[in-house]
Amino acid sequence: MLTLFSLLQPLSAVAGTADEKGLAIAREADSRNDGFGDFAANMTMILKNRHGQESVREMRVQTLEVKGDGDKSLSIFDTPRDIKGTAFLNFTHKAGDDDQWLYLPALKRVKRISSRNKSGSFMGSEFAYEEFASQEVEKYTYRWIRNETYGDKECFVVEFYPVDSKNSGYTRMVNWIDKDEYRTWKVKYYDRKDSLLKTLIVSDFSVYLDKYWRAHQMNMVNHQNGKSTTLTWTDYTFRTGLSDGDFSKNSLARAR
Amino acid sequence: MKNLFNSASLAFGLVMLSVGLVMAATTLAFGYELSGNVSAEGTIFTSDAIHPEQENSSVSLALAPELYHEWESGSALTFAPYVRLDNTDPERTHFDIRELNYLLLGETWELRLGVGKVFWGTTEFVHLVDIVNQTDFVEGIDGEDKLGQPMLHLALVNDWGVIDMFALPYFRERTFPGPEGRLRFGLKVDTDHPVYESADEEHHTDYAFRYSHYIGVLDFGVSYFTGTGREPTFLPGTDSGGQPVLIPFYELIDQTGVDLQVVAGQWLLKLEGIQRTGQGEDFMALTGGFEYTFTGLGGSAVNLGVIGEWAYDDRGEEATTPNEDDIMAAIRIAFNDPSGSEVLEGMTLDTDSSAQIISVEASRRFGSSVKASLEAYAFVDLPIDDPLYSMRGDDFVSLEIAYYF
Repeated sequence: MLTLFSLLQPLSAVAGTADEKGLAIAREADSRNDGFGDFAANMTMILKNRHGQESVREMRVQTLEVKGDGDKSLSIFDTPRDIKGTAFLNFTHKAGDDDQWLYLPALKRVKRISSRNKSGSFMGSEFAYEEFASQEVEKYTYRWIRNETYGDKECFVVEFYPVDSKNSGYTRMVNWIDKDEYRTWKVKYYDRKDSLLKTLIVSDFSVYLDKYWRAHQMNMVNHQNGKSTTLTWTDYTFRTGLSDGDFSKNSLARAR
Repeated sequence: MKNLFNSASLAFGLVMLSVGLVMAATTLAFGYELSGNVSAEGTIFTSDAIHPEQENSSVSLALAPELYHEWESGSALTFAPYVRLDNTDPERTHFDIRELNYLLLGETWELRLGVGKVFWGTTEFVHLVDIVNQTDFVEGIDGEDKLGQPMLHLALVNDWGVIDMFALPYFRERTFPGPEGRLRFGLKVDTDHPVYESADEEHHTDYAFRYSHYIGVLDFGVSYFTGTGREPTFLPGTDSGGQPVLIPFYELIDQTGVDLQVVAGQWLLKLEGIQRTGQGEDFMALTGGFEYTFTGLGGSAVNLGVIGEWAYDDRGEEATTPNEDDIMAAIRIAFNDPSGSEVLEGMTLDTDSSAQIISVEASRRFGSSVKASLEAYAFVDLPIDDPLYSMRGDDFVSLEIAYYF
């Protein structure tokens, strides 16, 4: 009876304990993103304060998949105009601190920065740097909590616990991951005092190269300060021919 | 004031010319991208001027457009003229081409031909190794503004680091405030009659090389420069009217530099050192220190950075810079708000004389294209033998409003 029931479940959800099951789900989600190679996309960030006043930031993002380690990414800011040309290079590592450099165009200066500021606000938004780093399986431990319907999707509800608990802004993140494609639809972030800090709602997914799902809308609401940030992703292009040479201090300094 | 109108009209002509060129190019060649900023600055000096020709306030306008075009191959053309108009100091009214260069991009190399700008170094206060571009000293006393440098720059990008090679065929003289300007030396710097050690004067070709790489938490660079030094020695002289002046003397020097930075958690540890021959006795200078950032102060988005640095020059009192044995400290507050508000408070202390320079800079954005910056400097207890003694009465508050396009 148990065996029969198990066969009806997706393979990764079969594992024994809730922790093993959580890890298996995270691994499966990660493996479904394997082999994308590289992609480029445009991103518009709309910051809204509690009075509804908005400010806009626009940037372009390029990401390179790195086999055996975390991804490399380069973000170039277009607006606000006074920071146009500012660029951010991030080498994510599965273990240890990421490597990060910032390019300041007015001074033509490439500056290595500390990547410990994980919980810090990214560009004044409700997203933290840690949400912008590539999500590596090794960066969290996991626990499957329950299965639940989210919208019309059957989802796993899985808690993520940051391995670098000292520098992360969160004690835990509760993720709603659908059983069909292992896409994350919703995340609840709990602060270091384990109170609900933020909720992320992800929507408008498209599939690229018949395999890689990417969201076009991400809305983060901060429940503690009443502010929110919406990210709109457009113009995703995959396998654009980016290579290591496009993610160096030199390419950072000539990024436009 | 007498020279103002000539210089101003010249500069105005240059502004119109550059604006015209930019507009023409934008119209003619679709795909060129125009950006930049125009700014207005008002400065009030809190004490009466020491010299009768100086004023107690000044108003200044600056235009910094940039035209950029990139081809499919990644090769690119950049044109960034710069002009400033100042109502008190004709020397500060100036035009420069910050950049006019063509970048040719290969798989593992970059070739840049034309007028360009590079930065070398890691520290925040004193920039010892940064030698390629000349300082545009009339722009600000922090020395962070640079003049465009004609160059042929080849960068070879390897797995084991980057090799930069520069041929610098034309020398740019350092700019200095004129007699009517504040924040100047006691005597006028005679920038019309510089003296060069090289018989080729400003046409001497200088060369520079740098190897830079990063290994784990360490970023480092080793550099070598041979040619006309950017930092002049001053010779006493007289101008055509028989008045005593300082004549800038640009020696031929050889300079070896090292710069490094280590990331240790939230600490950044920095060091720069140079060894220079050809300018008086051989000497060595060092600067270094730390930057530590406290993030998310009290659960807010505010980041507080603390910077501590030290600068040493083994020429001591004979140093051509004011930083012969100084301690610098700064606090940087980044509010991480939508308007990008920042405050930077800095202090430089001369350990020999206890002279101090105290500065506060604050900036924020209004809307999406306007940025306001407030800057205040105070010069405290400058002794009579300090190179900056002539600035003892030049405490100032300055407000700049810039529109970005």
